[in-house]
Amino acid sequence: MNLTLQVWRQKNAATPGKYVTYQLADVSPDMSFLEMLDVLNQELILKGEEPIAFDHDCREGICGACGVVINGLAHGGQRGTTACQLHMRHFKDGETLTLEPWRAKAFPVIKDLIVDRSALDRIIQAGGYVSVSAGGVPDANTIAVPKENAEKAMDAAACIGCGACVAACPNASAMLFTGAKIAHLGLLPQGQIERGRRVIHMVEQMDEEGFGGCTNIGECTAVCPKEIPLDVIARMNRDLLVAKITGAS
Amino acid sequence: MAAAVALYRSSIGKKAVMAITGFIGYGYVILHMIGNLKVFEGPEGFNHYAEFLRTVGEPAVPERTLLWVVRIVLLVAVSAHVISAIQLTRQGIESRPQGYKVKRRLRANFASMTLRWGGVALFLFLIYHLMHFTFGNAHPTFIQGDAYHNVVSAFTNPLTVGIYLLAVAALGVHLYHGVWSIFQTIGLNDERTDALWRGLSVVSAIGLFVGFSIVPVAVLTGLVR
Repeated sequence: MNLTLQVWRQKNAATPGKYVTYQLADVSPDMSFLEMLDVLNQELILKGEEPIAFDHDCREGICGACGVVINGLAHGGQRGTTACQLHMRHFKDGETLTLEPWRAKAFPVIKDLIVDRSALDRIIQAGGYVSVSAGGVPDANTIAVPKENAEKAMDAAACIGCGACVAACPNASAMLFTGAKIAHLGLLPQGQIERGRRVIHMVEQMDEEGFGGCTNIGECTAVCPKEIPLDVIARMNRDLLVAKITGAS
Repeated sequence: MAAAVALYRSSIGKKAVMAITGFIGYGYVILHMIGNLKVFEGPEGFNHYAEFLRTVGEPAVPERTLLWVVRIVLLVAVSAHVISAIQLTRQGIESRPQGYKVKRRLRANFASMTLRWGGVALFLFLIYHLMHFTFGNAHPTFIQGDAYHNVVSAFTNPLTVGIYLLAVAALGVHLYHGVWSIFQTIGLNDERTDALWRGLSVVSAIGLFVGFSIVPVAVLTGLVR
């Protein structure tokens, strides 16, 4: 396959960026998207140019490090797939691909396609924890969890914090991410102690970071590599309203 | 009070205001649509209904008391809906200072992407509609107290009918996304209720569009004269 790539190049946070066009020949359809970028970077290095900086770690679709907007869709828009697990066979020979970083005020560009997602970490820090008893190791399964709750909590816990939801949202809202964390902990018995203050503090932090509000469009869940459902946002809304009305703090 | 202010300060608090005030508006337009159909009872029935709206609650409360209660509730609801919408829109715009070169959407639809513009269109129509049938200053032959005459004489003009049909179409599109959003936003939605609220949105959008369109079309085609 031969491809034309339009890539956002930005030296650092302080320098304005621009789109640079590259031609890449003989791309194997069996390559992953990141392997294709590796090949391009190899060519750039051999030519003495600066390689394209992009985030990646496990390359197994489970860590949440990678993420690039490909032709307007976060992670390329392949259902339930991260950019590292996206294969070149989904693209056509001769296609032009535009590669952009996640765009959000809360995600400043560090370099090229890498953005700073610490804002998500700060949301977690604001309330993404549970109280545990110190002391001896408890027996397994001493706390009963209804099957349905266990399943839903597990589905929400699948969030890898990649930030694609923010990237895809027309309002750059982080509500799918925050909702997933709140549903994950709030559905389990261990998460009940902080349930009220968790949602209050995490939502407060989310707003403070400069994310937008949710307009219920659903682009987030459509690009989410873990297919987190929109339900988690409704659940977060309900938890916040209940916590505020009952005065949890 | 402090708790309410703190809640409103959060984006979800503003969304809750959108949902609750939207629900008030939604309930009102349903009653309004049903009331409009009284025009098929003829001049006497329709004007009697208009008179009822002014005198309902008498003699326990003076004339027009309940009418004004409804008007004030609606005025507050519409104002809160608009103010929250402006604040949330601004937050949404500020949250992405640099946009994408290539934009594509997977789940968005016409209704969800035009919600804000539809809201602006409906707001402008609302002003015209009040000047048309309540204040009468946008009505060429307005007669205070003769609601039937005001309706029938207005809708003999195809241009006026066109404006009204466009406006109720905009209302339908707004509610297609808005009604479902009410329940999602106040947290009364999960995978079991999703189809129910989606279905209610579709039925509301189509039902209100048809229900509101019947009267102007009936007048224009001479069914009501």
